[in-house]
Amino acid sequence: MNQTNGHANTGFLTDSTLCIGCKACEVACKEWNDISEDGYDWSGFSYDNTEAVGHSTWRHVKFVENPTTPGLGGNAAGQLPSWGFSSDVCKHCEVAGCLEACPTGAIVRMDFGAVFVQPDVCNGCAYCVVSCPFGVVQKNEHDGRAFKCTFCSDRQMAGLEPACAHACPTKSIQFGNLEELHAKADQRLEELRSSGIDDAVIYDPVDTSVKGIHAFFLLRGDPRSYNLPPEPEVPTIYLKKGWRSAAVAAGAMLGATMLAFLGDKHR
Amino acid sequence: MLRELLSRWPVVRQIKTGGNGTGPEAMSQRTRTLKPKIEGAKVARSVCPYCGVGCGQLVFHKNNKLVSIEGDPESPISRGRLCPKGSDTFQLHTHPARLTKVKYRAPYSRSWQEIPLEQAMDMIADRVWDTREHTFIEKDDGASVMHTLGIAHLGGATLDVEENYLIRKLFTGGLGMNCISNQARI
Amino acid sequence: MPGLGTSFGRGGATTAQQDLSNADAILIMGSNMAENHPVGFQWVIEARDRNHAKIIHVDPRFTRTSSMADVWVPLRAGTDVLFLGALINYVLTQNKIFREYVVAYTNASTILREDFRDTEDLGGFFSGWDPEKKEYDPTSWLYEGSPETGTLFAGPIPGHEKYGGGHGKDRGGEAGELEKHESDPTLEHPRCVYQVLKRHFSRYTPEMVEQYCGVPTELFFKVAEAYCSASGPEKTGTICYAVGWTQHSNGVQIIRAAAILQLLLGNVGRPGGGVLALRGHASIQGSTDVATLYDILPGYLPTPMFSKDANKLKDYITKHRASTGWWANFDKYIVSFLKSYYGEAATSQNDYCFDWLPRVTGDHSHFGFWLDMMDGKVDGLFIMGQNPAVGAPNGRLERKALAKLKWLVVRDMVEIEPASFWYNSPEVGRGELNPDSIATEVFLMPAAGVPEKSGTFVNTQRLLQFHSKGPEPPGDARSETWFMYHLGTRLKAKAAKDPRPRSAPLNALTWTYSTHGPLAEPSAEEVLMEINGWTTADHKLVDGYRALKADGSTACGAWIYSGCFPSREKNRANEREPRDLYGHGWGYAWPSDRRIIYNRASARPDGTPWSERKKLIWWDAGKKEWTGLDNPDFTKDKPPDYKPAKNAKGDAALAGDKPFILHPDGVGWIYVSSGLKDGPLPTHYEPLESPFSNPLYPQETDPAVLRRERPDNPYAKQADPRFPHILTTYRLTEHHTAGGMTRTLSHLAELQPELFCEVSPEMASELGLHHGDYATISTMRSIVEARVLVTDRIKPMQVAGRTVHHVGLPYHFGTNGLVKGDMVNDLLPISEEPNVRIMETKALLCDIRPGRRARGKQALEELEAKREQAA
Repeated sequence: MNQTNGHANTGFLTDSTLCIGCKACEVACKEWNDISEDGYDWSGFSYDNTEAVGHSTWRHVKFVENPTTPGLGGNAAGQLPSWGFSSDVCKHCEVAGCLEACPTGAIVRMDFGAVFVQPDVCNGCAYCVVSCPFGVVQKNEHDGRAFKCTFCSDRQMAGLEPACAHACPTKSIQFGNLEELHAKADQRLEELRSSGIDDAVIYDPVDTSVKGIHAFFLLRGDPRSYNLPPEPEVPTIYLKKGWRSAAVAAGAMLGATMLAFLGDKHR
Repeated sequence: MLRELLSRWPVVRQIKTGGNGTGPEAMSQRTRTLKPKIEGAKVARSVCPYCGVGCGQLVFHKNNKLVSIEGDPESPISRGRLCPKGSDTFQLHTHPARLTKVKYRAPYSRSWQEIPLEQAMDMIADRVWDTREHTFIEKDDGASVMHTLGIAHLGGATLDVEENYLIRKLFTGGLGMNCISNQARI
Repeated sequence: MPGLGTSFGRGGATTAQQDLSNADAILIMGSNMAENHPVGFQWVIEARDRNHAKIIHVDPRFTRTSSMADVWVPLRAGTDVLFLGALINYVLTQNKIFREYVVAYTNASTILREDFRDTEDLGGFFSGWDPEKKEYDPTSWLYEGSPETGTLFAGPIPGHEKYGGGHGKDRGGEAGELEKHESDPTLEHPRCVYQVLKRHFSRYTPEMVEQYCGVPTELFFKVAEAYCSASGPEKTGTICYAVGWTQHSNGVQIIRAAAILQLLLGNVGRPGGGVLALRGHASIQGSTDVATLYDILPGYLPTPMFSKDANKLKDYITKHRASTGWWANFDKYIVSFLKSYYGEAATSQNDYCFDWLPRVTGDHSHFGFWLDMMDGKVDGLFIMGQNPAVGAPNGRLERKALAKLKWLVVRDMVEIEPASFWYNSPEVGRGELNPDSIATEVFLMPAAGVPEKSGTFVNTQRLLQFHSKGPEPPGDARSETWFMYHLGTRLKAKAAKDPRPRSAPLNALTWTYSTHGPLAEPSAEEVLMEINGWTTADHKLVDGYRALKADGSTACGAWIYSGCFPSREKNRANEREPRDLYGHGWGYAWPSDRRIIYNRASARPDGTPWSERKKLIWWDAGKKEWTGLDNPDFTKDKPPDYKPAKNAKGDAALAGDKPFILHPDGVGWIYVSSGLKDGPLPTHYEPLESPFSNPLYPQETDPAVLRRERPDNPYAKQADPRFPHILTTYRLTEHHTAGGMTRTLSHLAELQPELFCEVSPEMASELGLHHGDYATISTMRSIVEARVLVTDRIKPMQVAGRTVHHVGLPYHFGTNGLVKGDMVNDLLPISEEPNVRIMETKALLCDIRPGRRARGKQALEELEAKREQAA
């Protein structure tokens, strides 16, 4: 098993060129974290019936079917259809919108870099929900709190790798030291390109206000087809007066927030 | 009281420690002492019950209760990995629809009833004995037959070798049952 | 699997999953490996990414496996032999064979009898067909010089008894002393196997493939070039298959075709080579080996047939023991087996109680006895860990037959459909069954799960893996070991009071397993020790099957596993310290912990590796033994230049360069002279229901198939206008077989919550099927509804000058669980492939219309109306 390396940052490299769309990550995550099902509705979106990351789906495999030109693929020896899969997850951003927005201190940065929603502190104000540039955090209306991938912080604290990466049959999800994963990804990208896969890219928005992500991706084609925005931004950059005005707003909320905290049954 | 509560409020703690409110100073006691649920559990080395790949599984249990089942990284076949079904093995054994009592349906009945295990075993032994009694053929034209075609068995590919062995030994070697089959006709 | 058994000598996969990483090309056909064996598929990815292996997937549907392949080949379902036959023809005509391997290690040079006639001569029949009995007499298939049946023993050639198994099941037929056969190493004799093969497949051309498989010639050549280049001293390729091959009316012959291809390319017994049979259940291999099957006893010993004139153990042994090759030891295995069942009661004076083994008098397979059940001839049934109400073909018949039983015992972890048929089956909803008139008593017994018990699974690569018990099972849930043991003690108590001969076997049956713990659970390890075998005098465990004797001094439950428990402290199935890629030190691969079988073929005839890159075992001239990276599947100290003495017997009769030691001639069988009921070479036949005529022969379908046609098991006509489309059924990653282990689990049920059918956009627009709406699919047997999934992953095909569509249906759904749906296998007929009696599920005829099916009785009326349309 991978060991978290002291206080070094850990990360996920999700290499979708290795993904077979089996959804082991979704199930392993739900098993370990004891998360309920999302409902039993058939979506008709390829083989995807959980549809998106949310409060009860922390890993989600997106299915992208690319139609072929009519008449090819079946009886003409031409183009193959393609069926792409990629396992989405919380990005554990370097600059995390959710964490910046959380007024109760419920969201913290763990030693190893995870962005962690403390279920015993969260009061369900849902500021984080709108502040996530990736639409990852979601409030469970039944429970009242916000949930997302914990990066299996409980496992990482004991030196165990997250459940999804542990299960992944083809190691499409790799876990480890973030720097080492970047090196691996660069090497893999080079290999893919040299074998003629020109559309392979690494998705890691370092040049936006997110300043990079701890769960980054290697995929083919346009990241948008896997629900990955080309230029994710942390909402706080839109606050013209920066932190001072934010502090005013925070001050105004102080009473309510404190009350909410004190009254929080999940403390 | 209020003071104690306030001291737990991350904002207060962060003012005290001078952090930015997103690090250790904002962590609750629970967060600071997070540990995996398998800590302190016993481990049994097992094999996945689903397909024929034969993935290794680690079965974590505490106080005779399952805690978690995950892939065994030492397995030279699976190297710790599991598919979605294998990853759901814990739920397979703990979900609410799991049977734990014998259910019995009497002839022409419209409902189940629960009966004790020992009673069910006695009843089944009686049924086997009676059916065998009136369907057993010892000889035909002087040659050995020694079989009953009145009782049949289906199943085995999901069971252990030892279980299959005992099924075959008792049913074929003891009772003379020939009608024995399972999924494995490949 | 007799396809493998007759070709190579044993029915198991020849290789290990990890060994796929050594392959230079992998042909996956008849398998959706990424979806159904995802964790095994990691080794395919490894071969692709580390070894630049070409991955080829041949399947009517573009699946998650195809998405990872270099080449996807959509072919018309049921035309696998035509496609593989064309590959064989390509190898032969383009001279791609690995000649040195083929001449030394296969029967390509063997000369056949003059009276043998091929399907080319007889319109799709081989010589020996009896149209009255509807079966072959295989005498004319024998090698020239082989003694005929009758000179050696009474009755038909082993493997060819009407209801028999054993030889055909997982061993080659071995009538006669094959070492005496004639051969021509130049491969030029007109009656040698090589020439016969060439002629047999000469009309299996790329053009035929294009016209009748629907595969364009360019695509065919792409596959042929990519796969057939993985051959020779430096390269190897592996073929992976699953029930996408076996569940055809000619399934065994499809696998035979793959075996021929691999032998011609020299790919068997070598790293990165072989044929990997992917098993769908945790211990399919184990339950075949230890045989909860009517036609074989544990260790592939044939079940004795009823016979008036050959009733003695001696006759049985004479018939089934080969004089040369490993099966010369047959007597040791059957006597040791009888000793393990009947203990001290079994003596040389009483034929080791051979008389007590029940005699087979008919088709006692699943479908054989189920049809008897339907006809009221069976009173009681046990079902343990199987769901025939959903998983078996013609589910309506399967379920209705349950209502004819007096009593039924179902053991499972949840209430599966066979247990609930009397109140919630579709037949109850449609008024065909009524609880008030069903007399069946039902016992639904809660079963323990794998983590709650100890025992051994045998995986897809013949690997015994012992699993240790964690917590106790909940409530009254118990293992099958517990159930069988405690049922056995009750029945033995009844028999103890009964002096009649019928109770003698039960009284003598050894049943002394110790029990432990709060539940009085019998010791699985003691059972495994009995399977391993011991000396009867002192119960000292034997260290392998070489120690077994035919004089009653040893007992052994299943000789092929012997060696897995060589001493009381050493359960090798429970070993967990792997040392290498093949996993030596982790579990125990039968036989004798050999991970790649027939591995003598990994070295040249002179004992040196074919190449450094592909070395596996080799002859160490200094130590005078075989050594290398695996345990040799060969007598360890038999030198490569060993030549048998005249009239040598058994293993000593095989030369030092004969790797296929179970075969009496020691070579791989391109041509199977006996042991298969439908012919010595694979031949293209159309599926039992097909939209097309057989393009190659007047005979449309495999003549030896049992159709089991009757009013409650009807078939569509050939090219039936009522059912113009091809139906193919399959599994999804997210569910397991009949769904009993997944439909009740929320985390899996949500991933595939409803039955759907996959159709092409062209078919959808032609028939007005709308994505997301419902469609109704009907066959001659039943009618189901499913959501419509329109996808480019299914293509319309041009076959024989017209367009044909496939309809794909996963079969996991049923009436119970968190997610429910119509039972797809209701659409299938019960049919029996001649060698293993498996049903055809992968290619049938259906119709499809937009909209939901009618409810209740009206569903049957709709079906009836469909059947009554002009055929």
